[in-house]
Parts: sequence; C-alpha cells; structure tokens
Amino acid sequence: MAKKTGHVIDFASIKATMSDPYKKTFQIVDKDAKIVNQELFDTFSDDQLVDFMKKMVWERTLHEQTMNFSRQGRLGFYAPTFGEEASEMGSISAFKDQDFLFPAYRDLPQLIQHGASVAQGFLWSKGNAVGDDYGDQRNWFPQIIIGAQYVEAAGAALGIKKNGEKDTVSFVYTGDGGTSQGDFYEGVNFASSFQAPAVFMVQNNGWAISVPRYKQTAAETLAQKGVASGVPAIQVDGMDVLAVYIATQEAREFAAAGNGPVLVETLTYRFGAHSSAGDDPSRYRTKEDEKPWFDADPLIRMRKILTDKGLWSQEQEDKLVDEYKTSFKASMKEAENTPTQSVVDMLKTTFEEPTPQIKADIARFEAKESK
Amino acid sequence: MAKLTYIKAITDGLDVVLGEDPKTLIFGEDVGKNGGVFRTTEGLQDKYGEDRVFDTPLAESGILGLSIGLAATGWRPIPEIQFMGFTFEAVDSIGGQMARNRFRFSGKRAMPITVRTPFGGGTHTAEMHADNLENYFVGTPGLRVVTPANPYDAKGMIISAVENNDPVLFMENLKLYRSMKDEIPEGKYTVPLDTAKVVREGTDITIVAYSAEVNESLKVADKLAEENISAEVIDLRSLSPIDTDTIFKSVEKTHKVVVVQEAQKMAGVGAQVASEIAEHAIMNLDAPIGRVAAPDSVYPWAQVENDWLPNADDIEEKAREILAY
Repeated sequence: MAKKTGHVIDFASIKATMSDPYKKTFQIVDKDAKIVNQELFDTFSDDQLVDFMKKMVWERTLHEQTMNFSRQGRLGFYAPTFGEEASEMGSISAFKDQDFLFPAYRDLPQLIQHGASVAQGFLWSKGNAVGDDYGDQRNWFPQIIIGAQYVEAAGAALGIKKNGEKDTVSFVYTGDGGTSQGDFYEGVNFASSFQAPAVFMVQNNGWAISVPRYKQTAAETLAQKGVASGVPAIQVDGMDVLAVYIATQEAREFAAAGNGPVLVETLTYRFGAHSSAGDDPSRYRTKEDEKPWFDADPLIRMRKILTDKGLWSQEQEDKLVDEYKTSFKASMKEAENTPTQSVVDMLKTTFEEPTPQIKADIARFEAKESK
Repeated sequence: MAKLTYIKAITDGLDVVLGEDPKTLIFGEDVGKNGGVFRTTEGLQDKYGEDRVFDTPLAESGILGLSIGLAATGWRPIPEIQFMGFTFEAVDSIGGQMARNRFRFSGKRAMPITVRTPFGGGTHTAEMHADNLENYFVGTPGLRVVTPANPYDAKGMIISAVENNDPVLFMENLKLYRSMKDEIPEGKYTVPLDTAKVVREGTDITIVAYSAEVNESLKVADKLAEENISAEVIDLRSLSPIDTDTIFKSVEKTHKVVVVQEAQKMAGVGAQVASEIAEHAIMNLDAPIGRVAAPDSVYPWAQVENDWLPNADDIEEKAREILAY
C-alpha cells in the first residue's frame, strides 16, 4: 500500500482566500473627501446631503454636551459615541417608523432618532427607568448584556414575519466585541433559519474596552461571520455616512422583501473612552494608533464635500451647534425635573399583580418613602 | 372526564390555550413533528400547523431570546427547554432579560412567556437531564416558578401559566410524566399559580413538599395514620412566590413541621420556607423545623441516584424525630 504524501485538501489556500468576498469595503466618499463612486453619489439630493451632515453634527454635539453634563456630575453611565456618527446616523436614516430597534448601550443616538426623546436618553443614564418608557414606539432599551439584543432581534423579526407586516424589519446593533458572543451567532442563525426580516448591524469601532479587534477573532472581517449561517453580509466604510446609508437601506430592502436577514459591518472608530466612568484609552492605545482614524473623521469629509458645493459653512455649523446645545440643555432640565423613581415604583412593576411578599414590601417602603 | 397521565394532561392544557388564543406559539427543540422527546406536544403541530408549533435550531439562549422578541411583537410564546439542565445555556434570557423587562418598561410592556421544562430525578437519565435547578431560579424577581405534583394541577396550571402576563418557569416532573393518572375535566379549567394546596389534612405534624416529593410525603402520612398520627401534607405548587399563609395556618394547628425537597439543601426552596416559618410563626412551633433535602453534591449519575434522592423513608425518619422532640 502506498503511503499518502503531501496534502489533497489545501487548507492553506482556503484560509488565505476565505475573507476575500468581504474585504471589498463599500465606500462612496473616501477620507480625503474624494468621491469614489460618482454614480451613487449623484443619487443624493443636496437636501439629503445637508441632512446627513446635520444629523452627524447633532450626534457629535449631543456627545459633547453629554460629556459636559457628565463632568458636572449630572449623569450616570454614558458610552461615548464620538467618531461613530456616520455609522450611527447613516444606518438609522434607513429605518422606517415601523421597524423595530434593538440598540446596545452605545446606540442612544439611534434610539432618539427612532422616536425616543433626548430627555429619555438622559433619564436612562441617570438610572430612571421612566427613560425606557417608549410608549408605542418600536424601541427597545439599550442592552447591557452584549449579545442578548441579537437573539431578541431575531425573535422580533420572526414576530414581524408571523404578523404578516409588510415593509418592516428588526434592526439590531452590536460592536466588534459583541460578535464573539454565542448569542451573536445564535441570533444571526435563528433569523436565517426562519428567513426572518432582520438587519444585523456590527459597528466595528476597533475596541471592546481595551481589547483590540484583532484579538476577538482571526477572521479578517466580521462581515464574514454571517456566511456560516447563510446570511449575506457586507463590510462598509463606517466613516462614510453615504455608504453606510446605502448599505443599510439596501440590506433593509432585501430583508423586508422576504429574503432573510442581512449583516452589515461598519468600519468605524471609538474616538473616545469606552465609557464616561474612568476608562482611559491611553492605557492601551497610542496617539499613533488613533491618528489615521481621526484623519478619517466622518464630519471632516462631509464638511469638505458640502463646503465645496456651497451647501455648508463654518458659521452655519456653529449656529447649528448652538441651537442643539440649547435644546440639549432644555432636555437635561426636563430629565432633572422628572420625579426620581421610588422603590415602590420598582416593586409595583416587578409583576403585573404584586405577590404577597411584594405587597408587604410595598407597604414597608410606602411608609418609609412618605416620611 | 378522562383518565389522563401528567404528560397528557399538559398536552391537553396546551391544546386548550392554542385553541383559545391565536397568538400563542409553541417552539423549541423537537417539539414539532416529533411532538417533543417526551411527546408532550404530540399532535399539536398537526392540529395547529407549523406556524404555531415549530422546531427551532438547537440553542437554548436563542430559543428564549426568540421568545422575548416574539413577545415584543405581540405573541404569547410557550418555549420548551428540552431538559432543565439545559437552562444553564439560557440563564441571561431568563434572569437578565425577560424577568426584568416589565420593570424596564415602567410596567407598560409585558413578557407573557411560559418556559416549559422537564426536571427531577429517579429515571436514570444521562447526566444534566434530571437536575433540580429551582434553587437557581426562585431568587429571580419578576419570574414565577411553579411545578404541579399531579395531572389535574398540571393541566390547570399550564393554562394559568400561559394566561399570565409575566414570565413563568413551568417545571414538569420527569418521574411523574407517566406514573400518575387523574380524572381530567375536558376543556378549560384553571388552577391558581400562587397558592399552595393542603393535599391531606392532619393535626399532628405538617409536611411541606412539592413535585414528586408530595407523593413521597403522602406515603408517609398513610404510614403514620396506621399509628393514629395525623400528618397534614401541603403541596407548594408555586415555588416563587411561596404561599406562606397556607403554611402558617397549618403550623398554627400542628405545631410541628418538616420541609421536604428533592433538590440539594443549600439556599433553596426549603430554606426559604423554613426561614419564613422561623420569622413569622416560630412561636407556634413545639419543635425545631425539620428539613429533608438531597445532599449538597452535584446531581448524581444514574447508579447512585436512588440512594441520593430523598424518599419516603427519609421523610418518615425526619417526621418521627420531630414528632418525638
């Protein structure tokens, strides 16, 4: 019997090429504000272009104002969105009112764009559950347990399908770290198995607190994590608001048409700390690491494009920032004027009908809190 | 009326809720065409279609996460976790998510989810298939944990669980599935989710138990009756919340109590019952609170299972000790 020599299965070349379909990062405007896809760029009206810029300025101003409030000790947990404006505003702009949104904790701006008030965002940060009372809006609370939102979004997508709702999808966000969770894969796979209308957003901002993207997986892209579940995916320049919008909008259209879920990876960067609670990025990354990403700032390229077209000026932007700041200050007042929650409120919302033990606790805290 | 096993009584109850409420959905591993590995959902897919009764991919966190998203879009999910040991994979979905959502949404969004799962020892299953994991779940605010001890309650309680607007962990005892039959009324009836039941009245000692240990306790009550000792047996039925009123009333009458559970002893249902009695009714007692529970080891493999599980002999021994105090 002859001994087998060498390999018949070329794992090395399978490994070397498996990411290729996902590495053609979709882009319309590059970091130097050069239009790399003129045909697609021309599909946007001037008003639309200005609107995207306004939304990004809104998100950045919200971030800056939130950090101010945070420094003044007026807020609790806050996950800075600085740098992710194109990824967040580009994608949310593709949503329709009837779509369900499952955000993670860094996705408050999308939650607000989808109907929640800025004051509600502040209340959530302050630890008042009234902030999560979205009424009839199809908003879910900002998920803390990374990955849980993915399986829940798959469920909402199946619910939408079973309800026979047309032109409706379930949107969910996570980050690069989130793709390592079992729930990430379970959510994507469940939605695929049921061919349910879900759009899975992965905002790859490079960092899961201090752990860099490359330590999460040896896979060259996160987009390719869809393929094992039979889910088509695309990697997008997450600093290009127009590309993020088009990719999300087409993903939405594909899913809503009954073709099953889609996964969109946006390549973006967390300019700031993980959270306002003491994280210091200088412990784990250098200014040199950060520089190319700051150069890719999504506002810089849109500002240049719009200024060149005569649609934007610094004066106009400053005025807008002032308007937004004024409104955020009013929202903060509103949040601060909202009564703080009591233990009794909590007890009353634990079950529909309080149990005898909870009734006893309610009586105890009513006496305590009325003092 | 028909004589039905515990398992068929549950199937019957599921049939009632599927027939009554078009928003109810049954799903999980093997629950569709196969009717569940124990046949609890047998025939339901044929009757209600694949849209209402369906198989899922094999992932417990996915199944319960799916339930939450379905509830968020107006459905009333009845997921099955094939064995309670597999709930370890889905602890966040239960404790971190569904049980907290009513609070998170200021009481305005409900999670009407009934998680069905078989548990309990004595059938020589493979490892992780028989564990009594109620100790992990009863300390979860926002979650009801219930377990019927007979076919009549099984049907009435599954209907109540599904109709309840909060998440319910519905534990079905493996050993009872086919070992008991009751006369089961046709159609709909309910058994409350939050009240214990005095299953045998007595005056000399109270035995508080749940699930399969109720039957073991009844055997002891029969034996003691031969010596004119009158034991009262209480079936908790609801493990969270616990109906302490029924227990206190009984203790006031008997002045002696033994608390029985199949699960390991540490920080569980029996500990809660004993501490409630100690806190609120100790002056009615003439003896220490007796406890019968499994030893604090991991759940045993099949060969030592019967030696490990608390049985009627253990309960009788403890009852005699407390009676003689």
